[in-house]
Amino acid sequence: MSSRLRDYLAVTAGLVCIWQLAATLIADPMLPGPVAVFQSIVTEWRSGALLHHLGVTLRRVTIAFVCAMILGTLLGWVMGRSLRANRLLDPLLLLFLNLPALVVIILLYVWMGLVEAAAVLAVIVNKVPNVAATIREGARSLDPQLEEMAEAYRFTRWQRIRDLWLPQLFPYLMASMRTGLALIWKIVLVVELLGRSDGVGFQLHLAFQLFDVTSILAYSFSFIAIVQLIEWGVLQPLEKRARRWQGEMQHA
Amino acid sequence: MLELELEEKGYDQRLLGNLNLQISAGDRLALVGPSGCGKTTLLNIIGGLDRAFKGQRRLADPEPKIAYMFQEPRLLPWRTVEQNLRMVCSCRNQALDLLDEVELLDAACRYPRELSLGMARRVALARALALEPDLLLLDEPLVSLDPSTALRMLRLVEKLLRKRPKMALVLVSHNPDDADRIGAQLLQFDTVTGEVLLPNNEKTASAGQLLV
Repeated sequence: MSSRLRDYLAVTAGLVCIWQLAATLIADPMLPGPVAVFQSIVTEWRSGALLHHLGVTLRRVTIAFVCAMILGTLLGWVMGRSLRANRLLDPLLLLFLNLPALVVIILLYVWMGLVEAAAVLAVIVNKVPNVAATIREGARSLDPQLEEMAEAYRFTRWQRIRDLWLPQLFPYLMASMRTGLALIWKIVLVVELLGRSDGVGFQLHLAFQLFDVTSILAYSFSFIAIVQLIEWGVLQPLEKRARRWQGEMQHA
Repeated sequence: MLELELEEKGYDQRLLGNLNLQISAGDRLALVGPSGCGKTTLLNIIGGLDRAFKGQRRLADPEPKIAYMFQEPRLLPWRTVEQNLRMVCSCRNQALDLLDEVELLDAACRYPRELSLGMARRVALARALALEPDLLLLDEPLVSLDPSTALRMLRLVEKLLRKRPKMALVLVSHNPDDADRIGAQLLQFDTVTGEVLLPNNEKTASAGQLLV
C-alpha cells in the first residue's frame, strides 16, 4: 500500500470515528452517526432510488461540464489572444462572474419554464465565465519564442493546437476542470432543488421537508464519492500522463 | 535564391540600413560583430520572421526553403527529441538518420529537459536540417558552450555543410574565427561596413554596400 493511500485512509477513518463519537454523545436524530447513514445508503441503493437519482444528477453534471469547458475555453482563448476581443468582452465577463448563480437559475426557469434545458443551461451560464477567466490567463502566457519557432517551421494549424497550445494551456485546463467539477455539481443540486422532480437535489429537497438528516447525508456522501472517483479515475491519470515530460511529478 | 535591399530598420533605438545582400545556392556568409550590433535583427529579416523594415526582400521562384536555428534551442519541452524532429519531417527514418548525423541517436526518446545545452543545440540543428532547407540560418550556434563542446559543434557544422554543398548558410557569430573555420565570407558589422550601424538621428549616412 502506498504511503499516500495509507494517509488518506487514516484521515478518513479518524474523521468517521470522531463523527460516531459525537453522534453517540449527542444522541439526537438531527445528527445521525455513520452507521445509520450507511444503512440509509444501502436501503436507498436496494430500492433503486439512489442509483436513479445519482444517475440523473451525474448526467446533468456531465452535459453541463462538457459544454461549459468547451465554450469557456473558446471564449477564454479568444479573449487571451486578441486585445480587441478582450476589450469588448471583458465587461460582460465581469458581469457574469459576479452574477449570483441563484439569479441565473431563477431567471432561466421564469423565462423558459421548469424544463431540463433551462436547468442545464443555468449551470453552463454559471460556469463558463470561470473557465474563460482561467483559460484567458493561460492564453496570455504562451511562450513567444516557441510561437516564433512554430512560425519559422511553418507548423500547420493542427500542429499548433496539438503540440504547441494545448500543452501550454494544460495546467490552466486542469485547474478549471478541478474547480469546474466541484462548482458544477453544487449548482446542479440547487437547480434540481428549485425546479426538477428528480436528481440528488430533488431528494435533498424532500428530505429537508421531513427534516430527514440521515437521507440528506446519505445522498450527499454518495455523490461526493462519485466526484472523488472521477478525480482518481479520470483527472489524476490524465494529469500524470500529460506531465510525463516534466519527470517525477510532485504529489500535491 | 534571396535578394535583400535593406534601406532602413530601426531596432533598440538604433538603425540598420543601406545594405544589399544576395544569397545564392552554396553561399556561406557570416554576420560577425559584437553583441547588440544588429546581427540577429538582420538574420530575422533574411529569414522572413521580421517584415517590419524599409526595403525589399525578394525570393527566387520556386521559393527556397529556409530553416532557422535560434540561439535558444526552442524545442517543444513536452515532446521527445524524435517527436520534435517529426514536427518538421513526417518520415521516421529521416528523423533518425538526422539524429545519427548529429550523434544523438541514443537520445531519440529523451525529453529536452534531460539534455545539456550542447545536445539541445544539436537537436535544434537536426530539426533545421529536417526541413531539407536551401538556406540555413544559424544564430550563434556556439554561444555559451564550453570550449570542447563548442569545438565539437563547429566540427559537426563543418561536416554537415560538406555533405550539403548546395545549401546556403548564414551564420551569426561574435567570433570571426568560427566563421573562418567553416569558410564563410564575413560581413563584419563594426569594421567592414561601419555605415551599417548608425545612431538613430543620422539617417543620411552613405551606403555601406556589400554584394555576396
